[in-house]
Amino acid sequence: MDNQEKEVLLSVKDLEVTFTSGKKKFVAVSDVNFDVYRGETFALVGESGSGKTTIGRAIIRINPISNGEVIFKGKKISGKIDKELDRWVVRNIQMVFQDPAASLNERATIDYIVSEGLYNFNLYENEEDRKNKVVKALTDVGLLQEHTTRYPHEFSGGQRQRIGIARAMIMEPELLIADEPISALDVSIRAQVLNLLKGLQKERGLTTIFVAHDLSVVRYVSDRIAVIHKGRIVELAETEELFRNSLHPYTQSLLSAVPMPDPQIEKEKKLIVYSEAEHDYSVDKPSFQEIKPGHFIWANEAEMAKYREMIK
Amino acid sequence: MSEKEVVLSARDIVVQFRVRERTLTAIRNVSLDLYEGETLAIVGESGSGKSVLTKTFTGMLEQNGSIPNGQIYFEGNNLLDIKNDKEWENIRGKKIATVFQDPMTSLNPIRSIGSQITEVIEKHQGKSAQEAKDIAIDLMERVGIYNAANRFDEYPFQYSGGMRQRIVIAIALACRPKILICDEPTTALDVTIQAQIVQLIKDLQKEYGFTTVYITHDLGVVANVADKVAVMYAGQIVEYGTVEELFYDPKHPYTWALLSSLPQLGTKGEDLYAITGTPPSLFDKVIGDAFAPRNPYAMKIDFEEEPPFFQISPTHKAKTWLLDPRAPKVNPPKAIDHLHERLTAMISKGGGYHG
Repeated sequence: MDNQEKEVLLSVKDLEVTFTSGKKKFVAVSDVNFDVYRGETFALVGESGSGKTTIGRAIIRINPISNGEVIFKGKKISGKIDKELDRWVVRNIQMVFQDPAASLNERATIDYIVSEGLYNFNLYENEEDRKNKVVKALTDVGLLQEHTTRYPHEFSGGQRQRIGIARAMIMEPELLIADEPISALDVSIRAQVLNLLKGLQKERGLTTIFVAHDLSVVRYVSDRIAVIHKGRIVELAETEELFRNSLHPYTQSLLSAVPMPDPQIEKEKKLIVYSEAEHDYSVDKPSFQEIKPGHFIWANEAEMAKYREMIK
Repeated sequence: MSEKEVVLSARDIVVQFRVRERTLTAIRNVSLDLYEGETLAIVGESGSGKSVLTKTFTGMLEQNGSIPNGQIYFEGNNLLDIKNDKEWENIRGKKIATVFQDPMTSLNPIRSIGSQITEVIEKHQGKSAQEAKDIAIDLMERVGIYNAANRFDEYPFQYSGGMRQRIVIAIALACRPKILICDEPTTALDVTIQAQIVQLIKDLQKEYGFTTVYITHDLGVVANVADKVAVMYAGQIVEYGTVEELFYDPKHPYTWALLSSLPQLGTKGEDLYAITGTPPSLFDKVIGDAFAPRNPYAMKIDFEEEPPFFQISPTHKAKTWLLDPRAPKVNPPKAIDHLHERLTAMISKGGGYHG
């Protein structure tokens, strides 16, 4: 796919999210810029506290933003918007959460949990239509009709995550934000959920933002990856480009830490430890720049010169 | 390779739990040897019994658990003859120590870091308060806490997750145990911190010479730390071997499935191999091979009779009927074929993984 042919579905510009507690201010996310193209899987990767989840939550308006803007299908959806637009956002952007046990109402039946969005938006013609939609959503994710009368605790972790996905997909969203959807699951179940997400994407042309801390998973599922460190995107590139030609020392440190299921490779591996002290940003200030088509990096002019040398 | 000494030998262990008037058999006849200075990794999914098995080494089973069968030989004694907690204290923490997954639950939040380390040293080694403090600060430095003397009086909340886990390791090592059990020690930590903790445990093992049992579900970590690997499924060890044998020549279909479902081995655009179904309920009696209902290679006998261990090499054995001479020859799935060559190719072009 050519960059020109790609349709930008979501655009995040100069995003900043600040949390305040009393008089203290904490900037969780700043200078975040990226576009998400229709039909792709875009990964936000970072360690805990990096702000990756905050970015996802800022897009669906759970976290208010303190600067910048979010544009979805040409409409500005950040900041103060009217009620109608807000509902449109909820309908079209859905989220799947990390912990399927914590994100499902344990006192509601699966039928209600999956239907909730339909109720809220009146997306069904009559009771029969609603039931059909629920059954279809459940079977799409590999669950059974008979599951509708059960409660979340009666399901395994992998099944609960499927319920979370069914609940999001029944809204027929254009954008799905999957926040660490597999990290709470067992190894064998992970593969099932990854396959499911991939299948839905292929069939429906769904666009996905995949939030993760694990680069090994991300390589398999995503088209492009943004690496986040302390609330900033430090590097953004197409998946293979990032894995083969990473430039930012933080990305390299993350890559070096990925455990590989191969004893020989693991025995030879050298950890790269990253320290922010490597950067001297006292005079020469950094910014987010494109070093080659589609490959962006957070760097100052001196570093850009060095990186350009590296990719020659 | 010279013959290594067996430090702990578990024989025919059965563990049962009483849950709401019913009996759950969590460990079904497991035998296992730990060799001096080696690292054994136990891999399995949640509920496979990997934690329960190692808890029997330190008498830490929950109240409703019992061990109706088996022996655990350690320093000439059968640990299962130990009757009370007082006696267990000579073993637990002192000779066999455990590092758990979540450092915040292992540390007391309202006591200083230093006092939690010195407590162990004073209790088990009979040192004076000052001596204990010196030893503790030395240990803190060894596990990578900078400025240890100044941080001695700080509290757990002032430490990051990775630092807390380092302290838990320091406490575990305070008694110079012979065996260190690491129960998912890095699961709650970030990838870069995980890699550092894994390296720390390896370095300390070289220095102190203890035996490590590493419980994890992460096969990447296993590849890094293990000398030997035991794969557990539904309360049994189904395959055991050196780390190379397990990764490059696995024999049990469950090991195949675990490896093939790894996203690291996935080909873009193709589905990952996914194990269907769920593990059997251990409330019921398991007939035949417990993995049979989820095993695409299952034969009729798998549903009828439990397979024995088949020896593949002096160090490698697997519990599957596929190794019976009468069984048809099957090849492991494509995803794990030439694993080393494929992964090497993946990380080589352009440097990627290793900078």
